[in-house]
Amino acid sequence: MADKSELMPGTLDMLILQTLTRAPLHGYGIAQSIKRVSNDVLTVEEGSLYPALQRLLLQGWVKAEWKTTDTNRRARFYTLTAAGRKQLGMELSRFERVIEAIGKVLRDAEEAG
Amino acid sequence: MNVARLWRKVKLLLGREKFSGELDEEMAFHREQMARAMEAEGMTAEAARTAATRHFGNATRMREQSHEVVGFRAETVAQDLRYATRQLGKNPGFGITAIAMLALGIGASTAIFGFVDAALIRPLPYKNPSRLVDVDESAPAFPRSNISRDDYDDWKRMNTTLESLDVYNGTGFLLRIGSVSTPVPAGRVSDGFFHTLGVQPMLGRDFRSGEDKPGGAKIAILSYGTWISRFGGRRDVVGDKISLNGDPFTVVGVLPHDFAFAPRGGVELWVPLLDKPTCEQRRSCHDLDGIARLRDGVSVGQARADLAKVAALLATQFPGSNSGQGASVHPLSEFIVGTVRPILLTLLAGAGLLLLIACVNVASLLLVRSESRRREIAVRGALGATSARLFRQFVTEALLLSAAGCGAGILMAAGMMSLLRNLLPKQIAQGAPFLDNVGLTAHVWIFAGAVTLLAMVLMAFTPTMRLTGRNLHAALSEGGRTVAGRFWKRLGANLVVLELVIAVVLLAGAGLLGKSLYRLLHVDVGFDPAHLATTQLMMTDPASQKPEQLMALYREIKARVASLPGVEGLGLTSDLPVQCFCDTDWIRVPGMPFHGEHNDVMERDISAGYLHLIGAKLIEGRMFTESDDANHPNVIIINQTFARKYFPGQDPVGRMIGDIALSPKSMRQVVGVVADVREAALDSDPAPSEYFSINHGPDVYFALAVRTRGDDKVFLPELVKALRAINPSLGVYGEVTMEQQIDQSPTAVMHELSAYLVGGFAALALVLGVVGLYGVVAYSVSQRTREIGVRMALGAQRSAVHRLILKEAGVLTVIGIAVGIVLSIGASMGMRSILFGVRAWDVSTLGGVAALLGAFALLASFIPARRAARVNPVEALRAE
Repeated sequence: MADKSELMPGTLDMLILQTLTRAPLHGYGIAQSIKRVSNDVLTVEEGSLYPALQRLLLQGWVKAEWKTTDTNRRARFYTLTAAGRKQLGMELSRFERVIEAIGKVLRDAEEAG
Repeated sequence: MNVARLWRKVKLLLGREKFSGELDEEMAFHREQMARAMEAEGMTAEAARTAATRHFGNATRMREQSHEVVGFRAETVAQDLRYATRQLGKNPGFGITAIAMLALGIGASTAIFGFVDAALIRPLPYKNPSRLVDVDESAPAFPRSNISRDDYDDWKRMNTTLESLDVYNGTGFLLRIGSVSTPVPAGRVSDGFFHTLGVQPMLGRDFRSGEDKPGGAKIAILSYGTWISRFGGRRDVVGDKISLNGDPFTVVGVLPHDFAFAPRGGVELWVPLLDKPTCEQRRSCHDLDGIARLRDGVSVGQARADLAKVAALLATQFPGSNSGQGASVHPLSEFIVGTVRPILLTLLAGAGLLLLIACVNVASLLLVRSESRRREIAVRGALGATSARLFRQFVTEALLLSAAGCGAGILMAAGMMSLLRNLLPKQIAQGAPFLDNVGLTAHVWIFAGAVTLLAMVLMAFTPTMRLTGRNLHAALSEGGRTVAGRFWKRLGANLVVLELVIAVVLLAGAGLLGKSLYRLLHVDVGFDPAHLATTQLMMTDPASQKPEQLMALYREIKARVASLPGVEGLGLTSDLPVQCFCDTDWIRVPGMPFHGEHNDVMERDISAGYLHLIGAKLIEGRMFTESDDANHPNVIIINQTFARKYFPGQDPVGRMIGDIALSPKSMRQVVGVVADVREAALDSDPAPSEYFSINHGPDVYFALAVRTRGDDKVFLPELVKALRAINPSLGVYGEVTMEQQIDQSPTAVMHELSAYLVGGFAALALVLGVVGLYGVVAYSVSQRTREIGVRMALGAQRSAVHRLILKEAGVLTVIGIAVGIVLSIGASMGMRSILFGVRAWDVSTLGGVAALLGAFALLASFIPARRAARVNPVEALRAE
């Protein structure tokens, strides 16, 4: 817990949506997936995950249905909707613009220094 | 928010039971998966579950966050409300005390504000009232004196700043309806009077331009009340002839229901000026008051300068009558409410202080409670309640308390307003028609709302201060109490000092006002008001107004009244004492340097036995006899102030005085000097007065004073009956005993009301302040039980413990009283204008207040001190 990285504000929704592009997942699965893919750098706090999922549901970017897991447990699986896919596209391009801008500033600082 | 999203939200709201259930299940699943993962890494099942739960965090908090996302906030508000109600219900003593205190503070201040609103805030009920001014002449002795009719005509013609200038004065008529004659107060006005005010009659018409000239038609406009009560509200009354003093007057109009003119409050009907009475035939006789509407863009100051210029022109043109006469121009509202303004503002300040003390008291109660709820709050915090959520809980409680307090306070205010209005004597109510507007108006509701909001903020803030920088860990463990104890003690003590300071200020104010009232009612009036029945009289029949006829009337009145049972004696006068600063005369003493100035003295015409009857003391010379009449030399009696001012260090008896021109006809000899009789209002200084013999110049208006053996109040109706029987044309009105006249004079009533109200506020403040002190000391004792136990175990005497506690209370009290005394001197300087015969730094009042508060404070701290001294050291040490 000590060296966990804080998520940049506003990126959690994007990460969840991106995670869901591959397959429908339950809450725990989403958290695990983000942790695994980021090589344990990004940890999703449960305290943020569930409110975020409610927010996405409310916006209509994901839908939820109860399914049975491979271990025969009932769990709520979240699926990306068409609106969610569109939203993800918008957020990704915005995010890339920001990253690019930050990169430029940092390079500029390096060259000057 | 788009429609689809709204729809999803509504669906969620409707199915929120399902939502909660699903969320719980989902989170349980999450925890299970986590535990399983840890188990796979080699933990025991038990340890894995605990670790997962710990890692997962506060489920309730998370659930709440999710709820907030989908918008179930309303639910938590209801939860807070339920919780607050339960908290208050669990401790009804606290709730009732707090609500009662708030109701008291809010009620008192709202009620007083109702009067302030009606009198000072709301505009006068006329068109564009801010453009109306009170216009009068001024003289060296009178900053505002009446205007004479000739001067009025000239001012009206010569001014360049007034859109219109009109005049009014009071008169009375004997109104005959059928065979019954009733004296009615009336107003004489110039033709444009109602037009200037911007008032239209509701029936008929206004006076037309030129209808006020001498010799004009006799017409009248009725007030609404008179139209209803005396003419049955008949709409065809317009055009009817009514008999006033035996003359037929045609009714041309009826004024609207809401019309009121404070300077002439009880007037029943209005007539044009018409013929000039003797006074108005002279430019030097001032008997009218003016009102004017300013021209657009003209300020009051410009109008004053303009009229001063006109007055100066007239002074050079008519030096005999007008030298030294200036102009007085003031906003009409200032003239009408100027005298009550300082009183109302004092009362409002008093009520405001009471409200403050009530709020402080409730706040400290909340503080004690938050102290005892410290653990509960810490536990709730540990369970995941955020500061914001806890703060909301306190706000909800404060809201609940202040809403209940506000509701009860408004009920109280409504009751207090009608009670106070009914306490005012009719005489004063008539002079203050704006009092009819006192009530729960929009302004009053807004004020009550604002006050409640303020109280709420104060109450929500106090316990929340405890939340800032709080340390949950410390509160849960032992360390919490000492830190918090010290903190609370400091804040609580500060609050108590504030309460004591307010109590001192209010008590000092009440003391000074009470002393003023006492001084006022015990002012040396120079005569004996006990068993003195009085009434005003007026001969209305024009055929019997010659001097010989009036003399015969006087003789008959004396004979008839003297024969009534229980009468010791009687006298006649032109004006009764303690009435008005009026009927003045300009005099000149031969041999004294004179530069045309106006030496104003009050003039009274009295019967031979009058001064002796009322109990005035003769200093030297003689009183009048029946033979001091027109066939003998004109003589006067003067009062001591007159003698001191115009005959300093000399013997006035035998000296002559005359009018400004020292005309031979006006010369009269001083035959006696009497001690000052208070002719004008109780709180005004005695003025120089001269008394003429009424036999020398009898008048149709006069007053009768009768000394009775028995109860003068019981005698009054008999007196009125006997006088009416003498002559049906004799108007009898304004019957009152001299003691009533003094007690009900506006000056006395205003002093009385403010003394009693501020006294009431002060008594409440004293109780609240002392209760607050008791609370702080008692709390401190309960917190220090252990310490006291240790002290006693180590050999401290009970008396030492006693002293310890008393000292703590004593320090607070001394600080409170000292600061309070300093502030109250400042406060009393502010209300100097309504004090009478008392200085703002009256030592005995301030000393008495300090002693009173000190005694009560001692009593309040004695009880907890005794409890502290009785602490059983063994039990105290074993406790906890």
